[in-house]
Amino acid sequence: MNITVKYFGLLAEVTKRSQETIVFNKTTVAHLLEQLYATYPGLKEKDFQVAQNLEIVTKDALLTNQEIALLPPFSGG
Amino acid sequence: MSRYNRHIILDEIGQVGQDKIAAAKVLVIGAGGLGCPVLQYLAAAGIGHLGIVDFDLVEESNLQRQILFGTSSLGANKAIAAKNRLADLNPTIALTAYPKKLTAKNALALFEQYDIIVDGTDNFATRYLISDAAIITNKPVVYGAIYKFEGQVSVFNYASGPSYRCLFAKPPKAGQVANCSDVGVLGVLPGIIGSMQANEVLKIVLELGEVLSGKLCCYNAKTTQIHTLKVHKSEQEIAQVLARKNSFHEFDYEAFCETPVPEIAAKEALSLKNIQFIDVREVGEEPAISLENCVRIPLEELAINIAQINSEKSNILVCQTGIRSRKGVSILIEHHLENCYSLKGGAIALLNHLKVESK
Repeated sequence: MNITVKYFGLLAEVTKRSQETIVFNKTTVAHLLEQLYATYPGLKEKDFQVAQNLEIVTKDALLTNQEIALLPPFSGG
Repeated sequence: MSRYNRHIILDEIGQVGQDKIAAAKVLVIGAGGLGCPVLQYLAAAGIGHLGIVDFDLVEESNLQRQILFGTSSLGANKAIAAKNRLADLNPTIALTAYPKKLTAKNALALFEQYDIIVDGTDNFATRYLISDAAIITNKPVVYGAIYKFEGQVSVFNYASGPSYRCLFAKPPKAGQVANCSDVGVLGVLPGIIGSMQANEVLKIVLELGEVLSGKLCCYNAKTTQIHTLKVHKSEQEIAQVLARKNSFHEFDYEAFCETPVPEIAAKEALSLKNIQFIDVREVGEEPAISLENCVRIPLEELAINIAQINSEKSNILVCQTGIRSRKGVSILIEHHLENCYSLKGGAIALLNHLKVESK
């Protein structure tokens, strides 16, 4: 399947892109993260939440072929 | 009274709604980039009692975005300067300035006096403190946070909805997420996010529309895109906070969110010009570092010997393994010294490196 992945805040700096579409055939969010960590090792050092189809999901959520967003916390004010 | 006429003529607000606004008590924590627009609109709207918490002073670099302040406020406490400006904007409301730091010791008593808490702070330690204190006192938190060109807004702990910890259970590792003062921020961004926070406060007070609870609104100023993400409640996270209720005032939020400390490896440290090593171990701890540019000031005595530290130099703090030296660097940073580093791996790493180099 083709999955669109969006990177928010400093994660876009780590991956040097704000979004991309990747071809992926495994089943869970955790699997997808493994692949992203392999492509962008810097991501592994960052804390973030994952949203699928605009809903925050856990790492064991099944991929539904909908948009994924990686969301880090912001501290600024 | 003509001041609120444009509210009152709205069917959705009317005199009844305006009376609700006048009866509301809102505590705004942080009178910075976010706090300024929040306070400005809430004061103008006629919120009956506004509390303002900020220990910080107005600096010139704040004026690019912190719109309650002008050159005449430079050097003044932000809570007091904001109160003075707002008293002119709307003399009919009550304003209380708290020119101090929000801490685990004073948070609960302060929150009890208000209906709604606004988080406009600039660090994780205070954000977790606000979130937890709001859970314990059962107050809604209107949250806003910014990074460069992006912002987040949500309402936590509202009508049994999720809280900040349901979204981010734990703070990120120290030094991972930078702040506006370190990486910059588009000046208008906190204006947009802070205005959205003021809007959420008014919706809660007026019971109007749909409060942004259980959702995180993510705004990107570069693309003008908004993503609103659904957030689920974690009963477990909330229960853990409630379980700490009786010992809440003892919890050390700064240690929990460890302030970032610059670290440096031996090789990089030795390549810097004009360096001074400061050995923060106790007198007699071995192995000794026999470098000319190394002085020993035990950690316990560091704060009282600040005057001895040459701010013109890059100060590299060394201990046995690189843990105490991190604490030492935090002390120097608190005393506004720049160019201070904690040596990774401590004296052992330094001596090993020197041994390798001399071969």
